[in-house]
Formats: sequence, structure tokens, C-alpha cells
Amino acid sequence: MSDVAPTPSRPTPARSLLVEDARTRRRNAAERRFRAYGVIAIAIAVAGLAFLLFTIFRDGSSAFVQTYVKIPVAIEASVVDPEGNGDPAEMQKILTMSYGRLLENALARHIARNDIQIEGLEDADLSTFFSSQARADLRRAVLADPSLVGTVVEHPVMTSSRVDGMFKGRVSRASAAIDAKTSAAQYDLAMALGARDDVRTTFNWNFIISTDSSDNRPEAAGLGVAIIGSFYMMLIVLVLAVPIGVATSIYLEEFAPQNRLTDVIEVNISNLAAVPSIVFGILGLAAFINFMGLPRSAPIVGGLVLTLMTLPTIIISTRAALKAVPPSIREAALGVGASRMQMVFHHVLPLAMPGILTGTILGLAQALGETAPLMLIGMVAFVTTYPAAPPEGFFDPASALPVQVFNWTQRADPAFFERASGAIIVLLAFLLAMNLLAIYLRRKFERRW
Amino acid sequence: MDDVRLAERGVDADAKVKFECRGVQVHYGEKQALKDVDADILDRTVTAFIGPSGCGKSTFLRCLNRMNDTVASARVDGRILLEGEDIYDARVDPVQLRARVGMVFQKPNPFPKSIYDNVAYGPKIHGMARNKAELDEIVERALRGAALWNEVKDRLGETGTGLSGGQQQRLCIARAVATAPEVLLMDEPCSALDPIATAQVEELIDDLRESYSVVIVTHSMQQAARVSQRTAFFHLGNLVEYGDTEQIFTNPQDPRTESYISGKIG
Amino acid sequence: MSPFWTIVAILALAALGYGLGRRRAMSLAQGNPRRLHSRPNYYGWNVALFAAVPALLLLVLWALALPLLPHGAASSRAAGILAIIIAVAGLAVAVRRTTPEFRARNAVEQMIRGLLILCSLIAIATTVGIVLSLVFESLHFFRLYPWQDFFFGTEWTPRFGGGSRLGILPLLWGTLYISFIALLVAVPVGLYAAIYMSEYATPRVRSLVKPAIEVLAGIPTIVYGLFALVTVGPLLRDWIAQPLGLGNSGSSVMTAGLVMGMMLIPFVSSLSDDIINAVPQTMRDGSLALGSTHSETIRQVVIPAALPGIVGAILLAASRAIGETMIVVMGAGAMATISGNPFEAMTTITVKIVSQLTGDNDFSSPETLVAFALGLTLFVITLGLNIFALYIVRKYREQYE
Repeated sequence: MSDVAPTPSRPTPARSLLVEDARTRRRNAAERRFRAYGVIAIAIAVAGLAFLLFTIFRDGSSAFVQTYVKIPVAIEASVVDPEGNGDPAEMQKILTMSYGRLLENALARHIARNDIQIEGLEDADLSTFFSSQARADLRRAVLADPSLVGTVVEHPVMTSSRVDGMFKGRVSRASAAIDAKTSAAQYDLAMALGARDDVRTTFNWNFIISTDSSDNRPEAAGLGVAIIGSFYMMLIVLVLAVPIGVATSIYLEEFAPQNRLTDVIEVNISNLAAVPSIVFGILGLAAFINFMGLPRSAPIVGGLVLTLMTLPTIIISTRAALKAVPPSIREAALGVGASRMQMVFHHVLPLAMPGILTGTILGLAQALGETAPLMLIGMVAFVTTYPAAPPEGFFDPASALPVQVFNWTQRADPAFFERASGAIIVLLAFLLAMNLLAIYLRRKFERRW
Repeated sequence: MDDVRLAERGVDADAKVKFECRGVQVHYGEKQALKDVDADILDRTVTAFIGPSGCGKSTFLRCLNRMNDTVASARVDGRILLEGEDIYDARVDPVQLRARVGMVFQKPNPFPKSIYDNVAYGPKIHGMARNKAELDEIVERALRGAALWNEVKDRLGETGTGLSGGQQQRLCIARAVATAPEVLLMDEPCSALDPIATAQVEELIDDLRESYSVVIVTHSMQQAARVSQRTAFFHLGNLVEYGDTEQIFTNPQDPRTESYISGKIG
Repeated sequence: MSPFWTIVAILALAALGYGLGRRRAMSLAQGNPRRLHSRPNYYGWNVALFAAVPALLLLVLWALALPLLPHGAASSRAAGILAIIIAVAGLAVAVRRTTPEFRARNAVEQMIRGLLILCSLIAIATTVGIVLSLVFESLHFFRLYPWQDFFFGTEWTPRFGGGSRLGILPLLWGTLYISFIALLVAVPVGLYAAIYMSEYATPRVRSLVKPAIEVLAGIPTIVYGLFALVTVGPLLRDWIAQPLGLGNSGSSVMTAGLVMGMMLIPFVSSLSDDIINAVPQTMRDGSLALGSTHSETIRQVVIPAALPGIVGAILLAASRAIGETMIVVMGAGAMATISGNPFEAMTTITVKIVSQLTGDNDFSSPETLVAFALGLTLFVITLGLNIFALYIVRKYREQYE
């Protein structure tokens, strides 16, 4: 200790602790600013989230209700059964178009009978008042029960998307006036009917169970095919990704020797987790469709692509769950003469199960929201028939929830935006349910050693 | 107690009281860690806190520069006066307090910066140097003060984590000395060091007494006897006995102190 | 017989084999399981696995090789029958091998171990599949279109009639510009949020705010895309771009960048949170004990100590931004332009992959095949970023272990 300083620094004369000096004041101000930045950052993130959810619910919640008008509709024999013999085969030849005339006439008669005065009301306003889906529904009802011919039915009739929008506040009189598909007069008519209590607003089950529909009738478009398609794909992911993922994790965590192959697998998995999802779409297109010849737009291809995408997530969370099982349990099992395989399957795996389940559910939730890869394998297609039951149904064309959202945003008619936002609410509801289940499982089975 | 070599110098007769502690109690949540401690800590004196682990000696040490503030559940009652001013007064900024009461920890914890920047860190934040030359001088003085200058003067730009354990701890002492504190608190500063490094640090502590009031927590009675002039024995959160080191080790008044230093409890 | 029913038949044979194997072992041991080498169940499993595994492997191999074989339908039936024959044969062999001395447990465990290894090779197979599908079609593309023009071309005008110009630079520019804006949003917000949560927030606040931010991470990108298209785009256009005369497009670099930045906030914040928490508490104590304020400690000690990890997190976020698809498809536009104006519509690599590969495609035209070259470029960029980032993060973790 040769270099001890002769005179170490003398403490500076004592300042009072009770008085904040100027420098400390400045430093404390900087401290408060820094804290404020943190609060602002969190506020930005939370406000962004709140704004996003708010707009989605504002735009989408109206998709869950649908406006109907209840007027007496005369099933005129002259239109639907010109031969007058009630022969179903003959009636089959009458096209949907003609049933539109029935509705038009019914509306005109309703206006006249109740003395509703609308300025500038034209024929077109009457013919576009109801959804073209309403004609098809009426035709189906008459063909199913020919005895209706000649009677007057009083079904609620589905309105077109514009009229529906007037009741939901989406379409104003001013915007109706400049829209080629509607008019101010149609708006006045709708309001007049509304004032007369002819309007029924009901929960829109069709939105959830119907198939997609063409560009000119957004009010009839539903999510049925998309929900089934997503469900099929989740089934495939569950059946393939979970066993493969758990097996991989068990091997890597419990059996794999320290060698190059193991290293390669490990690096591979962490990189796969970060490969952009669209690249998996390219893989699906090139490998499953072009090379293996599986059909486009089919849940089987989507399921396989999502399986490969979800595998890394499941593997990473399963390995974490296996790692969390304390070594003492393994030693205890080996100590009573169990083989390594028995130790894993009888002791470690059951203890890790809650963690594996949670990871699996979160992986599935991620797969459910994936859009880009499914677009490349043709799931944007316009599908109006439900796929069959599995296993054949896995090969039928279907859509998927998130892809259906995208599909609707690409349509020309802005009424589809309401549907897209509504579909997102459905998607978010599924995700919320899955996440809550995961949280519940984690809470219920949480184990501390 | 033949194997205990007592510090060669006694307490300065005219040493002023630095810290005046009255009725200090500490709770961690529901649990009471320190019960009603009264003690005066003298300037230019090495004061050792000894006692079995969990006895409250580190807790008390951390009260003296309000490091307990960083533990959310800790609550400190009683009065601790630094030169007559209550350090737990609402007007006191712990930042100003800690500039005057430095601390060295159990495990060397140099920042992931160069050796120079480690030592210059305190002076920089407290604005102690007007220019680079002054800062250089402060750094050199601190490193000399910590008996490290000769070993590192040619590699001040290298990172502090690259030094050996003993050098790291002396770097931490230099870092604490550089802010020119009045009191230096040391929480088992040698427990992570080998015997040679321990000897170096102990020698340094003895030198530091020239300028500072040094308070050292140690689990080693030998170390307390070697470096301190005053010793306080803590047991189960109580300050059992506090007096001149020589008296504590040769003529303890309390039977608990007696049994601890003779190795019966601990 | 459809593949599905073939599989069902094989599984039924395996179940039958389980019963047979167990019964045979027990009867050979005269009903006393202690005379057997392994517990009776293992003899059952041995037969079941022998029956099912080779037959199922054959089916999988056949499915993979199918495109290479002529006469799809005929070979399908043949493969099904062959698989069932193999299952029956495996069953018979395994039943015959069942003796009390047979080490059934070891045999079963060997087979399971093999299956585990097989499963973990699927990860490698996926990567190989990605690389092969990208490389083959890209080579195909570069035979039709000179690579210099692809990598250095500044014009993107695909024409399905021929005479397309397929330069990647405008797409790369759009990709990088949007990613840059996204990081400009996500890095400060995510980092400050992480700092606040790990250094200042009380446990109560933390337990409320952390899940709220993580919700952002659980929202599918299509939702962000719709948000960009319907809300953010028009908002920016009407309130900023048009009044300032910067453009008339709702889709723009700014729209996509802001929304993508929002998506990346939880990504940056949760990674940074982990990394900041890994900085030892003793480091903070050392700084506080010198009389530095909390923020000085964070800025001058904690952040420099955590810097490598944070850089890694930002690189991972960047790789994610570059590969993101739905937000840019719906928010950025389709115009391939190189411009500095962030309120102009631009397009990205991922947008063009989608637009070239959706709808009817002709896999012999460069306009379709270019998507694979774009995919390859994207894959290489993101892979490079990921490997680099993971390397940095791993090195950082080792430092404090």
C-alpha cells in the first residue's frame, strides 16, 4: 500500500440538509420530467388501445342488429303462379326478380292505404327499399309452402343496407341525397314508416350464421363459412401442432444430447418464431398447393400452414413449462427406479400440463388472428356454400374470420365496412374467450415450489 | 479472545458526534427489524456493527443514508440527526443526504463504464468539477485515496468490471470517496473478497478514518476488532451493547455480547 | 378407401395389437406379471407401435412423394392397401416376438424416442421447405428476368401483357420508410413505458397497466389494418395532409407507420422490461448511494448496462416491422414510388407479394414469380436481423448470469 494519498479529499463544509440547493432543485425537476415521460408513454399506449377498440365497436356493433319493415305482402297469384295450377315445377321457373315486384307493390299499397305523403318519391326508391335477399327469402317461403299463393302474409321484410343505415344513423338525409343508391325521398319514407311503428330491429343472427353474399347486398352477408373455416383450421392446428410441439419440447428439454444437431434445431426454432408470416404463406402455396396438389382455399392447407407457424410458439412455452418442474421431482422419480421415459411421462409432463395448456391456447389464439398467409393460399375467395363435415370438409373451399374481414374491406360498397368491423368484434370475442380461459387455467393450476 | 488483534489506535478524545440516533425503529411490512435503537456515531472514527445475521445491523446502516427508502415496504420511525438535522425530516432530499453519506456494498458493484467514468460519476452528477482538469484531479485523488491509483493509472479507460474482486471493491470505495462525503457506510465490504484483498481494504479503512466517519457492518469479529474503535453489537433487532471496541471485546457488560464474541451464539 | 379411413383402420389394428400383445404376454407368464421383464402394458404398447408407426410413416412418405408419382388415383389405393398390409405384418411380427424375456419397455422407449426425434426434425424440415420453395421459384424467376434489373431497378410496373419492369428498390424504400416511422413511434413509447413500469410503477399500477399493454400484442394485425384503413388514414388525410397540401391519400407511409408503431409498442416494451429487470439491483443501489436521483441512475447506469439487450429488442422489432403484411396492405397503398413525403401512398415488399400471388396466377410468368424473389429477399433480411438480434440478446443475458 505504497500509494495512499497523503491528504484525501476533505469533506466540503456541511450544507444544511433542510434547504434544497439550486442544483438539487434542477435535478429534481429533471427527475419529475423523466417520470412524466414514462406516464405519457403509457398514456399514449393505453389511449391508442382505447381509441382502436372504441372505433371498432362504434363502427361494428350495428352489424349485430338488422332493420326489418313489417308490412302486409300479398302473394299475388298473377305474379308467382301465372298458370294458376299451383304446380311447384312451374313456380320454380318464376325468378327472384318477380318476387321483388310483390314487395314493391306491397310497399306502394301500404303507402297509399296509410296516406303517407312523400315528395319526389320514385319507383326506384320503392324497388331498392328492401334487400334483394328479402325477395329470395320470400321466394323460398312460397316454394316451400305453395298454399301461401293468393294470401296476404305479414312477415318482417329485410331492408336494404342503405335503409338499414338510416335507422342506425349511419346514413343521414344529406348523405342519402348525394348517394346514387338512395335518395332523400327514400330517407323520408323510411322515417315515415319508422314514425308509424312499422319498423322492427332484431338481433342479426344471419350475420353470424349466413354465408357471404355478393357486392350488391351487404345487408345479407354473414360469417358462417368463415367461422366454420377458422374452426376447421383450429382443429387441424390442435391435432397436429400440439403433439408435435410437445414431443419436440420433451426431446429437446429431457433427452437431447449436447451436440450440433441439437444446436441446429434450437437455432432453427427461435428463427422460425420470427419468420414473417407471409413467408409461411409462400411456403404453403409452393409446397402444399403447387407441389403436393392440395386444393386452394381449403382449410386443410390453411391448417397445415398455421400448424407450422404455431409450432415455435407452442414449443417455446412448453419448454418453459418443462423447465419450471424442479429437478427434485425428476431425481425422486429416477431414485425409485423409473426409466427416464417413465420419469417424463409419469411425473414431469403431468406437472407441466397447465403451462403447456396455457401456451397452446395462446398459440391457437395467435393462429386464429393470422391473415396474410391465408390470403396467399386462396382463402380470400368468395365462398357461398358451407363446407361439408370433416374430414371431407377439410378439403372444401372455405374462408377464415380475419380473411373475411379483409375481403369485406375490399368491396366497393361502404356498407361492407360495418360488416368488417362487426366481424372483428366476433374475432376479438373469440380471442378474449381463449385468453380468459388461459388466464383461468393458469390461476387454477398455478403451482409454486 | 487472544486471537483478536485490536485496532492500534483508540478513539480520539475530541471526536465530534456525527450521527445522533434516538428511538430508531424499522418495520418491513408487519415485521419489526429494528427495535428502539439509541446510538451516537462519532466523526473520524471507525464504528463497527456486529451481530448474527438478521440481527438488524445492515438495516440500521441503511437507515443512515436512507437507502431503506428504495424498499417499498420499509418504514422508519424515530430520529436520526446528522449534525443536528433530522435526516427523515420531510424537507430533506435523500439525494442531498447521500452526497454527504456515501455507501459501499457487500458485493463490488462497479458500473459497466470505464474506471475513470466510474469514479467521475458522483462528482459529475453533483457538479463538483468546473472543468476536465478539475475532474481529473478529483478522480486521481479518489483513486489514490482508495489505494488503487498505481494499479490502474495506465488503464483508466478500461471497463471497471474487468478488474479483480479486490480492485473492484477498492474502485467502489474510490467512487464513494470521490463525492467527498462526510460519512462512509460499508456493508460487509470484504465478504466477497479473498484474504489478501481483505487485508488491503482493511488497511484502507484505517486510513480513511483520517478524514471520514466510517461505519462498517461485518460478520467477522476479528475484522471489527482489527479496524474499529467503536463497536455496536446487535441481536434480534436490539442494540445490545455499544462502546469502545476494546471494552466490548475484553470486558463485555451484557451476557449476550459475551456469548456472541466467545462463539456461543451466532 | 380414402386416406382418412385407412388411418382409422391402422389405428384400429394398433388398438387390437395392444390387446393381443398384453394378453399374450400375460398368458406366457401364466398370469403372473412378475415373470415378465416389463410390465404387461409395455408388451401391448410394443405391438401397437409396431403395427401403427411403420404404416403411418408409409402414408406420410407417400403423401409427400405423391406429386412425383404418376397416376395419382391408382397409387393412392395401392398405398392404402400397402399400408394396411404393413400394419398387419408389423402386428404379427411383434406378437411373435412377445416372450417373457423380451425387453418390451426398452423397445417401446426406443421407439418413442425415435418419434420424439422425428417430431423435432419437423422444425428443420419447415426451414428447408421455406428455403427450397423460395429458392427454386426465385431461380426460375431470375431465368426470365435479369437479376440486376430486379435488385437495382427503380421502377415497378408489372404488366401482364409483358414488358414489365420489376425493380425492387421502390418497394424496399417503402418498406424501410414505413418501418422507420413505426420504430420512431414504438421505440420511445415502448422504452419509456418499460422504464416506468419496471422502475417507478407500484405493483398495483404495474398489475393493471402491463396486461393492458399486452392486450395490444394480442390483437391480430388485421384489426390494426382495418383501424388504419377506416380511422387513422382518413383522420391524417383530413386533418394534416390536406390542410398542409401534402397529399390527398388516406393510405400513406404515415398511416401505416403510425399504426404499425402502435402494434410494436408492447413488443418493444415487454422485451425491454425483461432486459431492464435483468440489470442487477446492486448496480442501482450503487448509483443511488452516491446521491444520484432515480432518473440519473436509470439514464446513466441502468440503460447503458441494458443497452445491448435493448438494441437487440429494437432489431427484433425492426424485423417484425419489415415483415408485417396486413397493416401495410390496408394502410400504405399500392403505388410503388420513391419519395420523401410521408403523406404519400407507397408500397412495400409484402404488399406486392400479396398482390402478385392472390387471384389467378400463372406460375410461368415473371409477374407471378417475382413474388418468390421478393419473399426470398424479405426472408434473408429478416433472418439476418433476427440472428444478429438473438446473438446480441444472448450475449447480454450471459453477462448477468
